Order: sequence, then C-alpha cells, then structure tokens
Amino acid sequence: MSLPAAVEPPKSYAVRPKTDESGTPIGELLEISMGPHHPSTHGVFRMDVVLDGETVVKLKPVFGYLHRNHEKIGENISYLSSMPYTDRLDYFCSMTNNWAYALTVEKLAGLAVPERAEYIRIIMAELTRLQNHTCLIGFFVQDMGALGTPMMYAFREREKILDLFESVSGARMMCNYLRFGGVRVDVSAAWLAETKMLVDGYGRFLDEFERFLTENEILLARTQHVGILPRSLAVSAGITGPMLRAAGVNYDLRKVDKYGLYSRFNFKVPVGEHGDVYDRYMVRVLEMRESLKMLQQALADIPAGPVVDPKAKLRGFRPKPGEVYGRVEGPKGELGFYLISDGSPNPYRYRVRPPSFINLTILEDMCLGHKISDTVVILGSVDIVLGEVDR
Amino acid sequence: MIEEGLKSELQKQGVYVTTLEDLYNWGRANSVWPLTFGLACCAIEMMAASMARFDLARFGAEVFRPSPRQADLMIVAGTVTKKMAPLVVRLYNQMPEPKYVIAMGACAISGGPFKQGYNVLKGIDRYLPVDVAIPGCPPRPEALIHAIMTLQEKILNQKLTGPDRPRHLNADVPGEFPVPAYGEHDLEPPNNPGIWQPPASPR
Amino acid sequence: METLEQIKARIEKLLPLTRLDILPNECPAGERSLLVEAGRGVEVGTLLRDDAQLRLDYCSNVTGVDWPESVIKTKVKKKVLVEGVEKEVEEIIETLRSGHLEVVYHLYSMELKHGPVVLRLRTENRADLTHLPSLTPVWRSAEFQEREVYDLYGVIFDGHPDLRRILMWDGFVGYPMRKDYMAPDDFEYEPTPHDEVLELAKKHYPPEVKA
Repeated sequence: MSLPAAVEPPKSYAVRPKTDESGTPIGELLEISMGPHHPSTHGVFRMDVVLDGETVVKLKPVFGYLHRNHEKIGENISYLSSMPYTDRLDYFCSMTNNWAYALTVEKLAGLAVPERAEYIRIIMAELTRLQNHTCLIGFFVQDMGALGTPMMYAFREREKILDLFESVSGARMMCNYLRFGGVRVDVSAAWLAETKMLVDGYGRFLDEFERFLTENEILLARTQHVGILPRSLAVSAGITGPMLRAAGVNYDLRKVDKYGLYSRFNFKVPVGEHGDVYDRYMVRVLEMRESLKMLQQALADIPAGPVVDPKAKLRGFRPKPGEVYGRVEGPKGELGFYLISDGSPNPYRYRVRPPSFINLTILEDMCLGHKISDTVVILGSVDIVLGEVDR
Repeated sequence: MIEEGLKSELQKQGVYVTTLEDLYNWGRANSVWPLTFGLACCAIEMMAASMARFDLARFGAEVFRPSPRQADLMIVAGTVTKKMAPLVVRLYNQMPEPKYVIAMGACAISGGPFKQGYNVLKGIDRYLPVDVAIPGCPPRPEALIHAIMTLQEKILNQKLTGPDRPRHLNADVPGEFPVPAYGEHDLEPPNNPGIWQPPASPR
Repeated sequence: METLEQIKARIEKLLPLTRLDILPNECPAGERSLLVEAGRGVEVGTLLRDDAQLRLDYCSNVTGVDWPESVIKTKVKKKVLVEGVEKEVEEIIETLRSGHLEVVYHLYSMELKHGPVVLRLRTENRADLTHLPSLTPVWRSAEFQEREVYDLYGVIFDGHPDLRRILMWDGFVGYPMRKDYMAPDDFEYEPTPHDEVLELAKKHYPPEVKA
C-alpha cells in the first residue's frame, strides 16, 4: 500500500510573539485551563495552556485528580490482595497490569511458571494490546472531530475481546486473572477455538479500519509533522512504548528482556522515522498486525499441562526480605513494579512505574509552537490513562 | 379521571386523552441528556453503554453533552477524589434544573475499593443529592441501562403539585450547593450536613 | 554488562568519593544497588550516562522509600562463663537505626540494551535535612518522578527546574506516603469495619447508654 506524499510542513514553528520595535511583546497572552472536565482529555487531566493568539507558548500539565493512593493501599494489604488493585491502574489493559505485578512477585519469590500458563499469558496480553490500540485510535480520531463513528467500530471489536475475557475470568474489564505462578483457571478448547475465530477475522476488520483512516487526507493533514519528538529527547525523558518506537528507537521489552516465552515467537518491532503523531498512529496499527501474528502462533502451539505451579504456596505468602524491579511491555509503554519486602505478608514498599505518567514529561516540548487544536491531537497520541498517571 | 375502557376506545379513533402531569413527565423522562463526566474505569463502561452493542440512545440519552449547561443528568462514574470533589459540585451547580445524579460504581457511592485513602472522598452523596446508585466495580452496561430506566420511572411518577413536588418546582429547596474548599488535609467542610447524615447507630 | 564491583572500581578511579557502597539483596533476583553519597549524585549519574561501556541513558524508575527510626535486633553468639563451664550463648544486641528517606533510581541502557544498575541516595534524617541533588539535569525522565517523591515523601531536590506538588493539591500540608502520616478522620460511616478501621470508626459511635 503506497502512501501519498507527505503534506508540506509550514515554514517554521518557531514561537514568535508579536513585538513592537523595541522588542516588548504587544497584546496579552491568554491563559486557559483545559480543565479536568473536558471532552478530549481522556479522563480528569488538566492542562494550563498559555496562548499567544492560537499558538501555544507554555503548557503545564496538572493531574492528581484521580490519585487513589494505590501505593499506600499496597503497603497495607497482602501481596495477593493487591492483584485486583492492579487491574484498576490502567483500566483498559488489566491483563498486562496483572502480568507485570505477577512477574515482579515471581522474581521476588523465585517462582516458576508452567509453559501452558505462559502461553495463556501471552495470548491475553496480545488480545489486550489489540483492544487497547483499537480503542485508542478510536478516541484519537474522535478528538480530531470524527465524532463517534470510528469509536463505534473500535468498541464493536473491543466487545468481542471482552466477551472472551469475561468467559475466562468472570469480568469484562477488571479481570484479576493472573496469579503468582500461573493463571487462575485454565482455558477450554472451546475458548481457544473462539479466540482463533476472532483472530482470523480481525485482519479484515483492521483492513476496513485502515481503509477509512490511513490515507484519509484530514488525518494526514492534522497529524503529519505535528508533535515531533526527537530521538535524544525521547530516550532522555524515559519515554517507552509506541511513542518511543515512533521516534526511531528500537526498544521493545519483549525483545530486550525476553520475559515470558516471547523469545519463541517471531515478530517484528515497527519503528518510525519522523516521531510525529502520524508515525505513532502507524506504529500502533503495525503493532496490531504483529500481535495478530503472535496470536496465531500462540494458539497453534499452546501445550497441555497445569496452569499453576503446584509448588507455589500462596496461602501465608511471605517472600524473603529483598527488593526487585520487574517490568513488562504494556500497550502504553514499560509498566514496572518495584517491591521491597521485609519478610512480612505485606510489602514494605510497593511502587508502580507508570508509563503514561512518564510519557507526559515532554508534552510541553511537543506542543510548543503548535496551535491549540494540535494539543488535543498530540495528547491523544501520547495515550494516557489517568488511572495509571495518578494511581 | 376517565376510565381505561373509554380511553382505549378513543385511542382507536385517534384521540389521545392524558393529564398535563403525565405529558410533562413523559417528555422529561424520555429525553434525559447525560453530561460526559467519566472520572475513572466506570467511564469506559459508560462509553460502552453508549456504543453500538448496549445502545443507550434508544432510551433517550441520545447525546452526551460536554457542557453542563446543556445536560440534565450527571452520571458520576468513577472515584471522586478530594482534589476533584469541588469541581464536581461546581459542575453540578452549573447544570440547569431539573437535574439528576446517578452515582455509578462502588467508588461514587461510598469510596469503593479505595476507601481507606487520604485522597478519596467516601461517596459523592456527601455533597450532592444522588437519585440512583448503581453498585458494581465496574457495573455492566446493562446495569447502567437499568439505572436509566429506574430514573425514568422516578421521573414518570413524580407529582408536580403538593408537598413532595420535585425540586425544580419548589422555590424553598436549594438547587445549588456550596462548593467545598481545599483544606490542609481534607476538604472544608468534609461533608454537607444538609444532604448527608451518617446513620445514628452503627450496624 | 559488567558486574557491580567493576563499575564501582571504575567510578572510584575517576571520581574521588567519600562513600560508594554496594548494598546486598537477598532475594533470588538479586539486583544489588550502589549507595552513593548524597552530594555527588549528579557527577556519578553523568559518569554512568556517558561512560562508553555502560551508556546508561534511560532512567526507568525513581522511587522514594521511607525508613523511619527503628530498632534493629541482631543475634550474636558469645562465649560466656556459666557456672565455670564455657558455653556459647546467643545475645540479642539492639542498635538504633536513625530514620532517613531514600531515593532509588533504576538505570537501563537503550543503546546497549542492558541493565539495570540501581542507584540509591539517602538523606540525613526525616525532619529537616531532607535535601538531595536532583538528577533531572542528567535524565529528563526524573523530572515528574522527583516531583512525586517531593510531594509524597518530602525530599527536597536541589536543582530541580520546577519543584512543586504534583498529585496532591497545592495547599496540602504534610507528606502522605510517610509511614507515620495520619489520614484525615472521615470514618463516620463504616458499614463493615474491622481491625484498625474499627478503632477509628468507634470514635464516631454514639456513647453507650447504660441502662
């Protein structure tokens, strides 16, 4: 599929407030709070924007409106009781949140995971990635003005994936499905057949979705050369996930850390060139296609066996004192957990490394010089979920 | 009051007979426009309820208005934190009468799983009068549809005159509530005594 | 990647420091950490980032930890004369560990795809001497995370471009994640209290009527 030539970028995005002969700025700068209640801010997120006309001169993100002290609760309850709370961190992707936490505790206590459970975890994680990226593209295009239609398509597919999650774990969104040393219950052959049917049909849905969006001239005009993130800034600011890969850095934890059984799967990591919003959109679309390949492979190769390590003792779970940092490649970036244990049933320190929080560090840098309507598009492409930003 | 037999006979001839109260309530109940007020995870289920599978538009909630001036119903979906609570009350004050509040999810009803926290408000009913509460974490979209239907029944059954008439027809009952301020550790006041009283005896 | 001992030796060769320790970690994952003296954090950080063999250009996680004052009991075996016979007796020695706040940095390398190297910086105490150098000039990703550590723990980072509260509101007083923080008393209505919550809820119960 050949893409049309890129839209010619405007001459310069340098910030030039109007000045008179002596250099003092004339006119006033307008300060706006794109407040916590806003149709396009993906949750209760506020941006204090200072505008010169329509050009952004300064932007300070303000959050904390959903700070639910998840970390303090984690210090007061046992390790296993924290698992349902991890579902509610990034509420789109409960399976990968659970995996990050389970991986960290397994590293802390030295638990092994049986092979079938690893395959199930990979299937759940890739399904989560599919529905997260699909919905994100739906939200992102809605913020640009396509009120509702792409979101309807996206949510229709998401409902099919949520049906699968519900049949295996009992809940659509807050699955609470993984346990230390495996998963909670086994998946049946009928479930695997349903998933295979979904995965086989998803490619056609993606083709349809892309036919509307990828070469759409409105999308191209609004996203190309907007919100460019240079490579060095992305690395220094600790950006991870599709935003980092769109900026040109090939760093995907599934290939770097090789956690789970990802080393057995052959998949490519899409890496962008320009670092603008359009590259982030394309990286996500290509990641969805790679996820489909991985799902096909996992569904074909999944072995039989137990789904929980029979030797894992979860009642009265008291890991030895020590500390550990475990991370997974969530759909939004690197989700990490840092646990310090002092031998008691509750962790001493329970810390979540939230990808959305850290990806917001350079929001100001990306938005300076653009118009205010571009800030909404750039924020949509960062892919934040406030449950994770504020914890 | 005209009896039912006569009513149906007239209906067959194309003549509809009703009371002004029923007509008024029917109009109000079937076109409740919600405010897009999703705070946390329940917001996603609210969005899913408005999407193609669990279509909420067929119950009259056709458009979710972003502006409080154009909305009748505030679905508080998600955890209300102490940092966010003054803004919730301010938005409620900006909505025109008649207005209704649905507290969706365990967090909006009572603080939910995050109850023991320094920043979590234990239920939005401490500051606002709540009409319908939906338990669940998150409640299914069908539960939200049930709540909208319960609200519609409540509206259909309201009496327009008399002592228990609704708030927007009663000049004595306030429709706007004081906005709490940020204190040093908690909001000031910590709750609105006119609306919420803790129960007298413990269970 | 090199071992932590090799990294420590190289840092000591290039920078004269009064304190650079390797702290043990007993769990099976065993990522040991480097404890750096508080004033020299920026120099050590810059060295780790720019060193050709390490290239630790990605600071993944900045965590604050609160260690209040505590009594550490260690068992020591001593030979003691008991009724003329030498016996080995276990004695418990109690040492007072002073309270401090700690900031832990997890560093990885995106260029060479290795890691992690864990850095720790400690403050003197929890009351007034809670200043630490900010590593934001070295790694930009520390910017928001250090603001969060300031907000929730009270560690003041010198050299941070914009140090103010990030998660709590601006007029908030206190540092909520510390172990001795008392949450505000809004336990008037608790349907099913137990343990500590029951104690806090009992304060709001009406006084018992003695018939």
